[in-house]
Order: sequence, then structure tokens, then C-alpha cells
Amino acid sequence: MATKKKNTEQGIDWNYSPSLESTSHLKLKKKYDLFIDGEWVKPSSGKYFKTVNPANEEVIAEIAYGNQEDVDKAVKAARKAYTDVWSIMPPAERAKYIFRIARLMQERARELAVAETLDAGKTIRESRDIDVPLACNYFFYYAGWADKLEYAFPNRKVESLGVAGQIIPWNFPLLMAAWKIAPALATGNTVVLKPAETTPLTALILAEIIEESGLPAGVVNIVTGHGDTGAAIVNHPDIDKIAFTGSTNVGKIIQKALAGTSKKLTLELGGKSANIIFDDAPIDQAVEGIVNGIFFNQGHVCCAGSRLYVQESVAELVIQKLKSRMDSLYLGNPLDKNTDIGAINSKEQLETIHKYIKIGKQEGAEMYQPKCSIPTKGFYCAPTLFINVAQSSVIAQEEIFGPVLTIQTFRTVDEVIQKANNSPFGLAAGVWTDKGSRIFNLSSKLRAGVIWANTYNKFDPTSPFGGYKESGFGREGGLHGLNSYVKLS
Amino acid sequence: MKSKLVKKEIIHSDNIFSPSIDKVGVEERVARFQSRSIKNESKLQGLKIALNMIDLTTLEGKDTPGKVKQMCYKALHLHDVHPNLPSVAAVCVYPSMVRIAKNEVRGTTVKVASVSTAFPSGQAPLDVKIRDTQFALDEGADEIDMVISRGKFLSGEYNFVFDEIAKIKETCGKARLKVILETGELTTLDNVRKASDIAIYAGADFIKTSTGKIQPAATMQVTYTMLMAIKDYYDKTGIMIGMKPAGGISTSKLALHNLVMVKEILGNAWLTNEWFRFGASSLANDILMQIMKMETGVYQSSDYFSID
Repeated sequence: MATKKKNTEQGIDWNYSPSLESTSHLKLKKKYDLFIDGEWVKPSSGKYFKTVNPANEEVIAEIAYGNQEDVDKAVKAARKAYTDVWSIMPPAERAKYIFRIARLMQERARELAVAETLDAGKTIRESRDIDVPLACNYFFYYAGWADKLEYAFPNRKVESLGVAGQIIPWNFPLLMAAWKIAPALATGNTVVLKPAETTPLTALILAEIIEESGLPAGVVNIVTGHGDTGAAIVNHPDIDKIAFTGSTNVGKIIQKALAGTSKKLTLELGGKSANIIFDDAPIDQAVEGIVNGIFFNQGHVCCAGSRLYVQESVAELVIQKLKSRMDSLYLGNPLDKNTDIGAINSKEQLETIHKYIKIGKQEGAEMYQPKCSIPTKGFYCAPTLFINVAQSSVIAQEEIFGPVLTIQTFRTVDEVIQKANNSPFGLAAGVWTDKGSRIFNLSSKLRAGVIWANTYNKFDPTSPFGGYKESGFGREGGLHGLNSYVKLS
Repeated sequence: MKSKLVKKEIIHSDNIFSPSIDKVGVEERVARFQSRSIKNESKLQGLKIALNMIDLTTLEGKDTPGKVKQMCYKALHLHDVHPNLPSVAAVCVYPSMVRIAKNEVRGTTVKVASVSTAFPSGQAPLDVKIRDTQFALDEGADEIDMVISRGKFLSGEYNFVFDEIAKIKETCGKARLKVILETGELTTLDNVRKASDIAIYAGADFIKTSTGKIQPAATMQVTYTMLMAIKDYYDKTGIMIGMKPAGGISTSKLALHNLVMVKEILGNAWLTNEWFRFGASSLANDILMQIMKMETGVYQSSDYFSID
């Protein structure tokens, strides 16, 4: 865990003792079934798959592998719950259930945080301080809208859609479940949700919470499985709406599959977001923003600030400071409260990241990694940056979804706007400058769904999130997020 | 460590680059340091390091020789019940008390620091400040804690502030100079950064947050900003500058958070009382209480710790 430091010949060698978050309060089952119609049911195929802790490669639990038949069962339950109960329930009553789910999540916050860290490899600091509280907040926020929809859409008639099929990724498992379920319930829809195959645990604990909350059976169904399980949801004829967060490739497949159907669709896909540092920026805070932008959650963030643009006059200083800051990051056991960089989510993803690092070297870019020791078991990748990268480099064009940053320099405002927009993606961007007018100028010209000024990777339930171009369409969060789950007339 | 004396280039305060500071970003960064979990051996070691960094201070109009002598005894005998404790780094007093303090700690590792330059306001002409400093040195002070002219700084007379520090440094000779910025009066972190840079380039061996007379004093945000100025200077020149947060650090937890910050920004090299100090009076007892708790398993009442 120790990282390189200057001057260690003098001074005192003071290191942090291990400070592991306790796992004793987390009572996991050995085997998890599907949550359909308010009950835990065995998968019709009888098959289960293993979910692994990426920090040490140990199996955590066995998870039901849902197939088409199971999805059909879940959709039928959701349809029945929709017509018989949920769509005709007074909205204020709906709100009570959603508030109750939020409160129960808060009560079990520690459990959820530890489960998230075990299953996803993200640091306990992040799951404890960011993922779980934020997930609760999305439920609280949307619970508040449930009986106020007529004010959200004045002079319009607001109707729910029906059954929503939701497929979520492995980078923020619980948070993405909250982003999807909360607005769907608030607007009167019922849900069939499939968590990612590498990170199903917190969605299953959420199912336990939902059970405990007394939410009418069938309103939320959780069907775990792999890609084919997701495909069964996408292709099910009785689903009214598909919400997908994940890779651009799968997003394209889904959009093709839905062509010609009446299903509504929102896609939140990949990104290659530009983080732009001007010479008048608060340099040290900008360096923190760069670190937070790309190394947050090991870079498994669709809106990660993976393309850094630094104005030439401060480039040398920024790169020097960035390297020095990277040296002080602690990489290691995600359960340690002092770990800054946890484990890569899966072996597959680690291989993808390694492939891109190799490409970066082959392309002739200069690589920097701090000298941190990598645990021998588990999937880890040192924070990495590439200098002397061109706009045409593969590593500057494709989404890596790991702790890998590319750095380019620029001279003028127009140049950086052009370069930032020169990408098939358009999810997010960051602008660092002391000049307010420049922030407004850039935010109106950058083609990205979210633009952060003098900060990065900040999320809030009241704020819409979504992309341009190949980053997808539709917005989640805020008032805009309601729009994706209602029919207006 | 390079000597400070190698630096001979002429510096004009207008030529010092002080990056702008974003307060929200600083608060976020500081919160990360505060979320570090310091447990077991690292906690005990950290507490002892912190104890050894304290400048035990009494700076009151009502200070008497008796009070100063008692404090000096405490500096050398923090808690004799515990055999393996370090002493504090220094005692910090007014110039009039320097000789008394020096007599008490002579021959030990504990140094005598004296505030000077019309502490705490600094509202006196330069020649008075020089004489004040010279008097403290003549009385036997090992270290001088001067205050900057905040009024001049706030009215934009940076060169005045720079020259004044340089003059006092000249007066100090071999004695180490700590420059107090009184950050509570500078009000913005941009000002804190600018004043830090001016002090460092003008010859400060240490930069120090506060006199202890003005609130807020040594907040984590202010100390962070000053540590970054020290880091930038070190990266540029290879010369180490010391840091002394003073005022408001009265708990072990806060002291440990400060050490975390020093370690992660400047590295272990700064983790000695040669490069980092706490200006505090009640901190020592809180640390002692924590150490005894860790070693005996129970908290003892404050009556078991002397209050000199």
C-alpha cells in the first residue's frame, strides 16, 4: 500500500495501520433466488451462477440465472400488480411506500455499503459516503414527486406507462437500481429489473428491503442473470418501456430490437468526457478534480473525465502536480477505510484495461504510473496517465472504463471546444477556470449532457443526467427524469 | 536538507506566482483527510509524534515568571507516570519572559520561542519591531515568531510586507524565523496563499497561521492552503519550509488529521518538530489522555493530568 515519497531518509516513517470495515453485521445468504411477485422463487432452469469478490477472487454467493420463462413470469406479475393495484392507488399512498423503502435503506446503509464493496470492488469510503446515501436520496426525492405530477407537467394529463423493463450496469449497482426504480414507481409504473451479472448483491438486498416495506407484490421484480436474461426483458412483448444503462454496443442492439415496437426507450451509454483546465484555474483544486474525475470508482464511471485538456502555459505544472498527487493514492483492499483506489470490477474488465494500456504504449504515448504495490490476488490496476496523446490516438477516442487518463494540451478556447466536441460520445465535461464568463461560454458550446464547472463527478437527485450522440438519450434524475416514465396528453 | 542561505536571488513580490484557490475544492479535499481512519499502532505513534511537535504556549498580559516556570517544567515532564513520552518541541512566550524560560529549559531539547514585532497586532514601526526581535534574541530566544503587517497586506502593499519579513530575518541571523500570517484577518484563502508565498520568498523558515488572539485560527482549510505553498516552493527549489498551525487545535483527533495532511502533502520528511509544530496549550493534555486510554484501556479524569 505504501507509495513513493521524497526525503524518507529524514523524518519519521508513519504509516496507517490497516483499518478494515467490519463485515460481521452483513448476513448474506449462500444462495439467492429470483424476486418475483413478492416472493423468492427458484429459477425455472435450476441454474445458478457465482458472484465473486474482485478484491480477492473469492466466491461470495450463488445467484439464480433467470431465463425467458422467469422473465415472462416477472412481467406477468408486474402487469397484474400494475392493473390491479399500483396504477389505481392514490399517488400519496404510492409515495408512502417509496419513502418507506428509502428509510429502510438508510437503516441498512452499513450492510448495503459493505455488500457493495465486496461485490463490486469499490472502496468502502465511496460506497459508504457516496453510493448508498445517494441511492437513498433518489428514493426520497422521487417519493416527493409521486403526488405532485400535475405540477411537474402543468396543464397536461399525466399517465403512467405500464411495465418498465430496466437493465443496469455493474459500476454503481445500487445507485443505478435507485435511479431506475424510484422514478418508475413514483409515476405509477411497475418494474422488472435485471442487475449486472458481476454485481447482483445489493439489488437483492434491496429486494429484501422492498419485501419488508410491504410494497404490493409484483410492483418490483428482480430477475438476476446474464446478457440473455436482459435480452428476454428487452424482447418481451408486454413491456411498455425499456431503460438501459450500459455499454454503447449493447445500447445499439437494444435500439435495433425495439425498432418498430411501441416501447419507449431511454439509453444511458458510454462516454469519453473532456476535462478542461485553463491557465487561470485554481490549479491544486483542478488537480483534485482530475483525480476525482478519472480515478473515482477505478474509472468505472460512464461520465469519467478520461480526456484531459490542459492549457499549454500550465501543462507542465499540472502534470507534475498530478503525478505527485497520484503518488499519494492508496491502492489496495477496498474494505480498508483508507483505500483510495479499489479493485477492478472483473477479470474481463481488467483485461480490457490492460489491452488499452498496451495500445497506448504502442501508439508512442508516454505513460506514468505511481510505484504502488499491486495485491497478488484480485483484480487491480494502478492509476495510469498517458502524456503526448493525439486526438487520433485510440486511447483518446475509445472508452476504456478504467483508471486511465489521456492528456492533451491546447492553446486557445476555440481549439479546446473543437477538440472536446470531436468525439462520438457526449456525456459530460468539466471546465476549470476562475472566469465566470468563460464557464458560460463553454457550457453553451460543449455538446455534453452534464457540464461541471470547477468540480467533477458530482451527482444529485434533483439534477438531470444523460447524454448526447452515442452516449444515449433520455434523462434520469430531476424533473426531467419523470418524463421518461409518463405519457403526456 | 539545503540551507536557506543559498537563496540569494533578488525577488520582487510582484513576481511570485500564487495560484488562485477554490474554497469549495479545498473544503472537499480537507474532508478527505478527515475521513482517514487512524487506528491502533499508527494512532499511538501519531499521538507521540504530535506531542513532540507542540510549542507549549502562554501569551497573556497577565503572564508572570512563576507561570512561565511552571509551564517550562511541564514541557520537560509532560506526564511522568508514563515513562516513554517525548517532551514538547518548544515553549513559546513574550520577549519579557524569554530569559526566565531559557534558564528553565537550558541543556534540554526544548527550545525557547519568542513572539516579537509588536505581537499580536504588529502595529508598530519597523525599527521598534527590529528592536523587539533583537531584545528577544539577546535574552536567549532560539526561535522568533513574528507577525506580518496585515493592514499593509490588505491595502495591497505587498512589497512592504515582504521587506519587513526580510529585515526581521536578517535580524534573526541563525535563529529560526516563524512568520505569523494571522489568517483570521486575511479572510480569504487566496490571501492566505499570497501571504504564504510572500513570507516564504522573503525568508521565513516556518509559516504559522495565527496569533491565537483572533478567530478563526488554524482551520484545516487554512493549514492545507499553506502546506500547498510549502510544497510548491519545495518542488521548485528543493528547500524545505516548516509549518505551524496555531490556535484552535485542542483535540488529539484534530492533531492527527493535521499530521495526515502533512504526511500526504509533504511526506514523512516533514513529520518532525524541525518542520512541523503545533502552537497550542490545551492540546498536550488531550493527547496525554488519549495515550493513557490506549495503554490502560480506560479514560482517566482530567484531574489526573497536570494543567501547568
